[in-house]
Amino acid sequence: MATTTLPVYTKKDFQTDQEVRWCPGCGDYAILNAVQSVFPELGIPREKFVVVSGIGCSSRFPYYMNTYGFHSIHGRAPAVATGIKIARPDLEVWVATGDGDSLAIGGNHTIHMLRRNVGIKVLMFNNKIYGLTKGQYSPTSEFGKKTKSTPYGSADQPFNPLALAIGAGTTFVARSVDVFQPHLKETLKKAAAHKGAAYIEILQNCNIFNDGAWLDVTEKDARSEHVVALEHGKPLIFGKNRDKGIRMNGLQLEVVALGNGTPQADLLVHDEHNPNPVYAFLLAQMHDTPGFPTPIGTLRAWENSQYEDVMAKQIHDVIAKRGPGDVSKLLHSGDTWEVR
Amino acid sequence: MGTLIESPVHGHKRETIDQAVIRFAGDSGDGMQITGNQFTNTVALYGNDLATFPDYPAEIRAPAGTIPGVSGFQIHFASGQVYTPGDAVDALIAMNPAALIVNLSDLKRNGILILNADSFTEGDLRKAHLQSNPLEDHSLDGYRVFPVGLEKLTRAALAELGLDAKSMDRCKNFFALGMCYWLYNRSMESTFRWLDHKFQHKPLLAEANKLAMRAGYSYCEATEAFQVSYEIPPAKLTPGMYRNLSGNQALAMGFVMASQKSGLTLFLGSYPITPASDVLHELSMYKNFGVLTFQAEDEIAAVTSAIGASFAGALAITTTSGPGMSLKSEAMGLAIAVELPLVICDIQRGGPSTGLPTKTEQADLLQAMYGRNSEAPLAVLAPATPGDCFWMAFEASRIALKYMTPVIVLSDGYLANGAEPWRIPELRDIPEIPVHFATDPETFKPYARNPETLARPWAIPGTPDLEHRIGGIEKQDVTGNVNYEPLNHEHMVHLRAAKVEAIAQEIPELVPAGDPDGDLLIVAWGSTYGAITGALGTARAKGARIGHVHLRYLNPLPRNLGEILRRYRKVLVPEMNLGQLSMILRAKYLLDVQSYSKVQGRPFKQAELEAKFEEVLAER
Repeated sequence: MATTTLPVYTKKDFQTDQEVRWCPGCGDYAILNAVQSVFPELGIPREKFVVVSGIGCSSRFPYYMNTYGFHSIHGRAPAVATGIKIARPDLEVWVATGDGDSLAIGGNHTIHMLRRNVGIKVLMFNNKIYGLTKGQYSPTSEFGKKTKSTPYGSADQPFNPLALAIGAGTTFVARSVDVFQPHLKETLKKAAAHKGAAYIEILQNCNIFNDGAWLDVTEKDARSEHVVALEHGKPLIFGKNRDKGIRMNGLQLEVVALGNGTPQADLLVHDEHNPNPVYAFLLAQMHDTPGFPTPIGTLRAWENSQYEDVMAKQIHDVIAKRGPGDVSKLLHSGDTWEVR
Repeated sequence: MGTLIESPVHGHKRETIDQAVIRFAGDSGDGMQITGNQFTNTVALYGNDLATFPDYPAEIRAPAGTIPGVSGFQIHFASGQVYTPGDAVDALIAMNPAALIVNLSDLKRNGILILNADSFTEGDLRKAHLQSNPLEDHSLDGYRVFPVGLEKLTRAALAELGLDAKSMDRCKNFFALGMCYWLYNRSMESTFRWLDHKFQHKPLLAEANKLAMRAGYSYCEATEAFQVSYEIPPAKLTPGMYRNLSGNQALAMGFVMASQKSGLTLFLGSYPITPASDVLHELSMYKNFGVLTFQAEDEIAAVTSAIGASFAGALAITTTSGPGMSLKSEAMGLAIAVELPLVICDIQRGGPSTGLPTKTEQADLLQAMYGRNSEAPLAVLAPATPGDCFWMAFEASRIALKYMTPVIVLSDGYLANGAEPWRIPELRDIPEIPVHFATDPETFKPYARNPETLARPWAIPGTPDLEHRIGGIEKQDVTGNVNYEPLNHEHMVHLRAAKVEAIAQEIPELVPAGDPDGDLLIVAWGSTYGAITGALGTARAKGARIGHVHLRYLNPLPRNLGEILRRYRKVLVPEMNLGQLSMILRAKYLLDVQSYSKVQGRPFKQAELEAKFEEVLAER
């Protein structure tokens, strides 16, 4: 086999000359930095990357990535990306989207792209607010949220994005945080290596319209008490002194203090490949349950047939069986007759 | 008039006639579409010219025997040229009282009426809202009525096979088909072949249907039911190889041809919708041509996935009908803004909203022209006949690729499901579609222009050093960078319009059919072609000075249309809408064109057009 040498890329190779137009202090800068740092390390030619987006602050992302990019219309990025990936399985297709773009107007495309397991990596910037339209509540905003469009509080129950993704049969489900740079980069790399669809919720701060929405997760002092980092094969332990853990109690998870008669062996050992989605679903619910830490990392990673591969294989198999199509035969298919 | 000859079978005479219109009508579960299609194939193979009109309900299986459940299939075949499926019916085959009641008004006086006598029971009569039995109450006097116990006779014919009663009854349409083959003196061979293929894994069912068909044929031969059978000699068509083709099949084949001639992978993003789904079905079978068919989660994903595939370098198309067009509007605007090739097929049906899903209409023209936010021009083409769908699919692909623009193809339910004999083109007569992907980083600018076509370059992902971003936000000309400047926007609006207008440079000039100038010009588009052509012939035979131009290009319009419009004293525009093309012509050419509108979910009848032409010509 011939080997082609890949250019050695740096972060700079993935930056464009376009002026970045997010608000100063926006969490999007951190995400852009992580992606621009990770892409050069993936061993993939730059021209193979396509970054697709819909509408919203997050969806400006492609303009700042020196790859092929498509800033499409509101909510439709998963469908545009699906067309790209089916037509060209050799491309690395990434979607940048937000909680409004992905879960409100684009909810349908999101779940169907995920259930089909199209090999697309979705970065869902969750800031629990509509930023670009200046401050309306979003499908992930907490119940009762007072915003410009809900002066008396929202009446909607929010989506749990990861529970939704797990329910849709997503083969790679993860969460990271804009300001946790090393963790975010690791998560991106894992997603890139995954075969099939990946859905990554990135907790992102909108410092203009919803500042501090993730403070309980990101604040330095509170962080270790409110976050549990999932690592495959390791027990779920958290706390400043690593003195708390999660264990199963019947069909429930519970937080236990270590050392008070609870041995570490009792704790749940994270298995991201657990074939049963219920486990990942329980993890996804922790974030919404008082007293539980927010899990970050890979909740679920399993393998299933990839949509674009099945399509390509069907074509391959039919051609192997019947030979490549002959348009002349096609034109003359069925009953024909000659008029002299 | 026909000539009578003695049939080889004693007691029957055979009459040679030049054309016939027959209609099969029954319950939607009675297999009327299959029966009609088989008769059509046989007639086509024999060499008659023909046109068909399948007419079926939106309900898949309305309660058996009821009026909403009636499904029909009409075929007009002749030894001369056929332009329409026929205004009135020479022979009606009605499988139950409801089918009789729904269709009787279209049967000519003294026409042949074959009725399934077994279905004229109290229950079925009640379902058809009949107070008395038409077989007994003289309401059918004036027709040649042939009550035949289709169920009893079919069961008797199949008695030896050991099938259950329900399976036997399902063969009764083939008994009726066999009768029609006898009546019009046709061979059963091609239907035998079709049955063998269709039931290759269920040979018993193939045998049963064959037996039923033979029994129907023999029934006519053995009994004195019919005094006369008919012979319709082959038509004198342009020499060549022919096949039977429906509009939707033709669209599918046209796109495969465009894919082959351009060397691009064909990608179809589609969501099932009547009457467009058959294009999806058809293309999903062409895997050996590398065709990618994606059944999307909705109409929006169907078109946006196609836009994605186009960005990635495929020949991308999407197929739908009116309600789906509405949902695709925003995405079409995106395709216009990002200037990517895309073909959108709208197989029009009656509307608004869900409307009449299985009935035909031409009322999406203004939607196709203007139904997007802001100034969003794109090319619009319209095939005139089922076979023309092949050429328009090919032409739409060619224009989309050459001009980097979305193109709408406006077909309709009548073209989609109607069939005609189609002369198979020679491969060498079909042009190549040259496609040039940008590869040179030195000269590449995402929104640079080809001076002739105003198309921007197509640089597909995977091409080193041509990484660039496109999107729905206004772009700066040449660089393609996001740009909000007022003058750039105005420039881009004009540029997008000029690009679509530039297509006119290669649209063939119109040549009117009939008189090149005179008293009346008929201007029309789409599926009205056949009926207008037929009516034009009648009017000219009566001495009228009348011409006809049929617009296959609706945007941009052919360059010489304005000049032609002024050669005639009057202009009439027949359309299956409330005058949409006439509105465009009035606005563009400042002419008092007259609209002739019909919106009944059914095509124009030739006789209606003949009467209208006379009326307009008679006006001072």
